Amino acid sequence: MIESPAVRPPRTGVARGRELRASLGANPLLTVGGALVLLIVLVAIFAPLIAPFPGDAGTATNPFAVLKAPSAAHWFGTDQVGRDIASRVLFGARVSPVIAIIVLVIACLIGVPLGLAAGFLGGWVDEVIMRVTDVFLAFPPLLLALALADVLPASLTSVTIAIAAVWWPWYVRLIRGQAASVAGRPYVEACRALGISRGRIIFRHVLPNSVTPVLVQVSLDVGGVILTASALSFLGLGAQDPVPDWGLMVAQGEGYFTPDWWLVTFPGLAILLTAFAFNLLGDGLRDRLDPRRSFLP
Amino acid sequence: MTAGGDLPAGRDLPEAQPLLRISDLTVRFGPVRAVNGVSLAVAAGPFGLGLVGESGSGKSTIGRTILRLVRSSGGSITFAGSDVGSLRGAALKAYRRDVQIVFQDPDNSLDPRMRIGATIGEVLRAHHVVPRGAITERVGALIAEAGLDPEFAQRYPHQMSGGQRQRVAIARALSVQPRLLVLDEPTSALDVRSQAQILKLIARLRSEHNLSYLLITHNFGVVSELCEQTAVLYLGKIAEIGTTHVLLRAPAHPYTVALRSAVPEVTVAGRRSRIVLPGDPPDATSPPSGCVFHTRCPLAVARCRTEVPLLREAGPAHQVACHRAEDVLAGAEMPTHRRPAAVERREASASELP
Amino acid sequence: MTGTGRLGISGLQISFGSRQVVSIEELRLGHAEILGLAGESGSGKSMTTLAILGLAHTVGASVSGSITLDGQELAALPQERLREIRGRRIAAIFQSSATAFNPVYRVGTVVTKALRLHGASKSDAADQAAEAMRQVLLSPDLMRRYPSQLSGGQLQRVAIALAVALRAEILLADEPTSALDVTVQAEVLDLLRDLRESVGMSILFISHDLAVVAELCDRVAVMRHGLIVEQGPASRVLAAPAHPYTAELLESVPTLASPL
Repeated sequence: MIESPAVRPPRTGVARGRELRASLGANPLLTVGGALVLLIVLVAIFAPLIAPFPGDAGTATNPFAVLKAPSAAHWFGTDQVGRDIASRVLFGARVSPVIAIIVLVIACLIGVPLGLAAGFLGGWVDEVIMRVTDVFLAFPPLLLALALADVLPASLTSVTIAIAAVWWPWYVRLIRGQAASVAGRPYVEACRALGISRGRIIFRHVLPNSVTPVLVQVSLDVGGVILTASALSFLGLGAQDPVPDWGLMVAQGEGYFTPDWWLVTFPGLAILLTAFAFNLLGDGLRDRLDPRRSFLP
Repeated sequence: MTAGGDLPAGRDLPEAQPLLRISDLTVRFGPVRAVNGVSLAVAAGPFGLGLVGESGSGKSTIGRTILRLVRSSGGSITFAGSDVGSLRGAALKAYRRDVQIVFQDPDNSLDPRMRIGATIGEVLRAHHVVPRGAITERVGALIAEAGLDPEFAQRYPHQMSGGQRQRVAIARALSVQPRLLVLDEPTSALDVRSQAQILKLIARLRSEHNLSYLLITHNFGVVSELCEQTAVLYLGKIAEIGTTHVLLRAPAHPYTVALRSAVPEVTVAGRRSRIVLPGDPPDATSPPSGCVFHTRCPLAVARCRTEVPLLREAGPAHQVACHRAEDVLAGAEMPTHRRPAAVERREASASELP
Repeated sequence: MTGTGRLGISGLQISFGSRQVVSIEELRLGHAEILGLAGESGSGKSMTTLAILGLAHTVGASVSGSITLDGQELAALPQERLREIRGRRIAAIFQSSATAFNPVYRVGTVVTKALRLHGASKSDAADQAAEAMRQVLLSPDLMRRYPSQLSGGQLQRVAIALAVALRAEILLADEPTSALDVTVQAEVLDLLRDLRESVGMSILFISHDLAVVAELCDRVAVMRHGLIVEQGPASRVLAAPAHPYTAELLESVPTLASPL
């Protein structure tokens, strides 16, 4: 007595295409978030071609166009040394989001394996890892980053390292709880009973089932990292002028806010848009990655 | 060894070289003795040993200790002559090909993020059961053998019913061609029709693969169909062990009698009066003195409070741990629940049947 | 009890949007009667329970048809009126009482709070709760315990005590013993039978286990895919089923008399 499945998945190309369009429609978060992130990536790649005054992202200055309000010639206005803000914002897409991504990737590369080990292996491994993590978490993040950045020569690289060093403990804690919970589940126990190696269990079973909160947190953290980097830049420890780092632009333009609001607003909006885009992407990914949520209408 | 669908009646307790021998096994979780000096033997296939007991009896713990998922605190488990507790590395992995387990909860024993085919394929890969190229085919064959369309290989667990998931769990356990299968309450979480189908599947696989199994359950009805021998457990100890049909027809332990009488039956004629077991199962952290069952036993006497009864012969291939086994066998009266008028009302209408 | 506990269902249809999941033409529960609703998961029996309680909308289902309690139509009543009936006249217990109790409250508090919610004074509530506990063969001392300190069987009995304390006429029991050990299950079934005898409670007992239904129920209705395929006296339906599905379910029950 063989049971046949009641529903067969679509086979033909036409049916597959319909399925794809349906899946995109059914997950607007992923679609919109993904599109926005793609936009940011494209802007970063094609900045030299799109920006009206590419030189302004570098060392060019224009003393005759200082602090001009937004106009036809300069859509986002000019800054205190006459540089076109629109061009700098566009080029900034090469800087700020990239820092954020590098920081978060490093933080994950350190934090996730440690958290997995702590959650899955338990015992003294768990104790040691968590106590070390606790120590790092006890420091106010900005202070620790400051201290590190101070020791290192002021540059984007230093800022990246400093923030990554401060960020990873949160992910350890986040994934450890999940990993511990998953490690106790019957299907993991079944894997042990079936003689599957521990390494494979961790990477093929525990990791995919524990990583979702980290993914969501990473997407939320993009904005946070950019702002932290900007704080460090403000203090002179990170990006140095004339690098078109959005955070630095906000920090530098803050003093001119009244009445020249455009120095702060447009880079600020860029940060906002980037953070928003990654948030949507994260939400959408989380939904998409949960196999229980059918993406067929 | 008999082939075919009929199970042989009345096999002797395996003495010479059982496939699995458990000797005086003790398993402690902190202060609790989940398993307290249990000895069992499972013969080579086809053979079924039933482990019947309620919550706290230790039956699931025994199954998991056999699979080395839980560490024993005393006693030994021997499989085909080798001590299971001391297996390491490659030997332990090889053991995991010989002995497998199907868990109670079909909803959670499969990774929700892996397709069924991948789940089974993973096991085949881990043990190099077949060469790489042949994996997909073998997975299909295994799924079909468990009574499912091979197309199910592409499905995720949540796209299947509980009964179907349990079949996959069985297919997965059998993929390594084990000699002994531990079935831990395989049907408790299923609907009655799925239960029947799974039991039929086990019976079929038993005869096709000469399988030996340890069937852990709280339902006597299940063991009567699939197990030559049965052990009844209470609070970590064996109350009675012997040939299944002897236990069912002429039990020697009051708990077995009570357990049997508690099983609901469809036919009015077959219904016995239910033995009343007062109170709830005792706290495992502070078990009663003497016979652990004495606090709820309708036949308990002073001796039961002070002296732990040892397993002794109650007949051919039949052992019991009770001071009053002779009285039980002789048909001692045990207080039954008074049968309320309602039952008589039903029986009255039953008598109206032609 | 304020009524006789007669429940009548007629032309009941439960749907999720355009998908109909239950269609019951006729189902009656008489005074002090135990009616078994047997069926597998997905047969619609749990949805029927929710509909009787007026809670089907909480899971997004729409209900049409007639549900009467002692002749009074329930389907059209507003939620405030239904709240008076829920618990008080129609009580419900479910499969997993362990999770049905809020872990931060002592179980006695749940019972006394429910009594006070339906109008009892503080001292009356305490007395009635203790009395109800005794009726379900639990010591009133257990009222001070938290759910985690009680076994599954004990919790299920507290849930029944709640129904008894409120003097419910009808108890909807949705797979109340499926998660319990067989001896504990037998005790709970005995308790339900006794309640019917002593206080005249009517019980709608839902289960997929026909043996349990056979032991307990006077009449049986067998459900499949939202329809009742057969109903009648338990002794008749289970001894001589008219519908092949009922026969199939009966065949699936493992019996102790099977030859080995």
